[in-house]
Amino acid sequence: MERIPILSVSGFLLVSIQVDMHDRLALTLQDDLTEQIVARGPRGVLIDISALEMVDSFIGRMLSNIANMAKLLDAETVVVGMQPSVAITLVELGMPMRGIRTALDLEKGLAVLRSIAHSENQNDPHGEEDDAGSVL
Amino acid sequence: MPSSSKSRLPEILKSHETDLLQEWIESQKKSASRKISAADEKLLLSQSREFLSFLRQAAQTGVDVDIESPTWSAVRDFLVALAGSRAKGGFTSTETAVFILSLKEPLFNKLRTNIQDPAALAQEFWTATLALDRLGLFTMEAYQRTREEVISRQQKELLELSTPVVRLWENILALPLIGTLDSSRTQVVMQNLLEAIVSTRSDIAIIDITGVPTVDTLVAQHLLKTVAAARLMGADCIISGIRPQIAQTIIHLGVDLSAVTTKATMADAFQLALKRTGATITKAVAGK
Repeated sequence: MERIPILSVSGFLLVSIQVDMHDRLALTLQDDLTEQIVARGPRGVLIDISALEMVDSFIGRMLSNIANMAKLLDAETVVVGMQPSVAITLVELGMPMRGIRTALDLEKGLAVLRSIAHSENQNDPHGEEDDAGSVL
Repeated sequence: MPSSSKSRLPEILKSHETDLLQEWIESQKKSASRKISAADEKLLLSQSREFLSFLRQAAQTGVDVDIESPTWSAVRDFLVALAGSRAKGGFTSTETAVFILSLKEPLFNKLRTNIQDPAALAQEFWTATLALDRLGLFTMEAYQRTREEVISRQQKELLELSTPVVRLWENILALPLIGTLDSSRTQVVMQNLLEAIVSTRSDIAIIDITGVPTVDTLVAQHLLKTVAAARLMGADCIISGIRPQIAQTIIHLGVDLSAVTTKATMADAFQLALKRTGATITKAVAGK
């Protein structure tokens, strides 16, 4: 069965959607990702949708749901590389996806996650030393 | 239609061409609302003469008043060109219509003096009226078409002109909006901005609305849509250039812009954008 790979990169999970998203695939991704988050306990999740050319309301809601589920499991989600046409479609569909972090590309998304992790570590006086090191 | 071969219209047009032309010009000048210069009169004369000769040719081949037939193609082409040049030259629709309609009086006079039989005269009147009315309508249609072409071309040009996206600094874009925002313009603005965000990898876009004359609920909604789309792509928007009057309108209308960062001037917005990207501007110390 077709699956979207979920990679682990320096404490974050990376999901890169390179194929046409259809409803079954989105549901599988939702299952896989929540399982992986629980299993690995990442600090953040990056979803790269730069190859996604088209969305409908279902896929839009799936993205939004996945991000909110990840948040529930204490992992910040950043959606990166959204195409202009996709952004316009989502806005026209009336889904501004409040509460989701976005970034222009993978690099900037990674920077966002790192700065979040960094500020959390700073707020938490018992934060692990080696974690703070890797963040910088 | 009774047999057209009996019509004496072509013959009358031919034999009285000079008289007709003279009277027609007079009648056009009389009904003109503005002053006609010598150059205008010369142009009018040549146009009128040309039209009469085309009309005569068309009428000669048998006066059927179906102006859509190939017989009238020369007349039609001439009228399209005339209407086009008049529409572009700023003539009013009345002035354009009068060109054809003012031919009626001199032509009818000629018909009256040349045709004795009342029945035949009535018939000729009817034929001439029908033909001239149809030509008049045709001219108006051509005039209107030209005007519409001009309007749609201008709309397109306006759309292209008024939505530039400027790169202000590394990762900072500016979008100075000029003119009223409607749905179609918002679409173009949004598209341009989002594409520029991708191509320049900018984090921050400043939308300056100094040049937007009024902000109503619809415009505000369009702005919010643009901001939301940019945010989805990972770029922040700052709206600047909100004039006092507009700030009052927005609050009176109850539009909620609290989700967007707003600044009074472009300078303030730029400063904030620089701060967010981590850049600072300092004055060079003089005399070193």
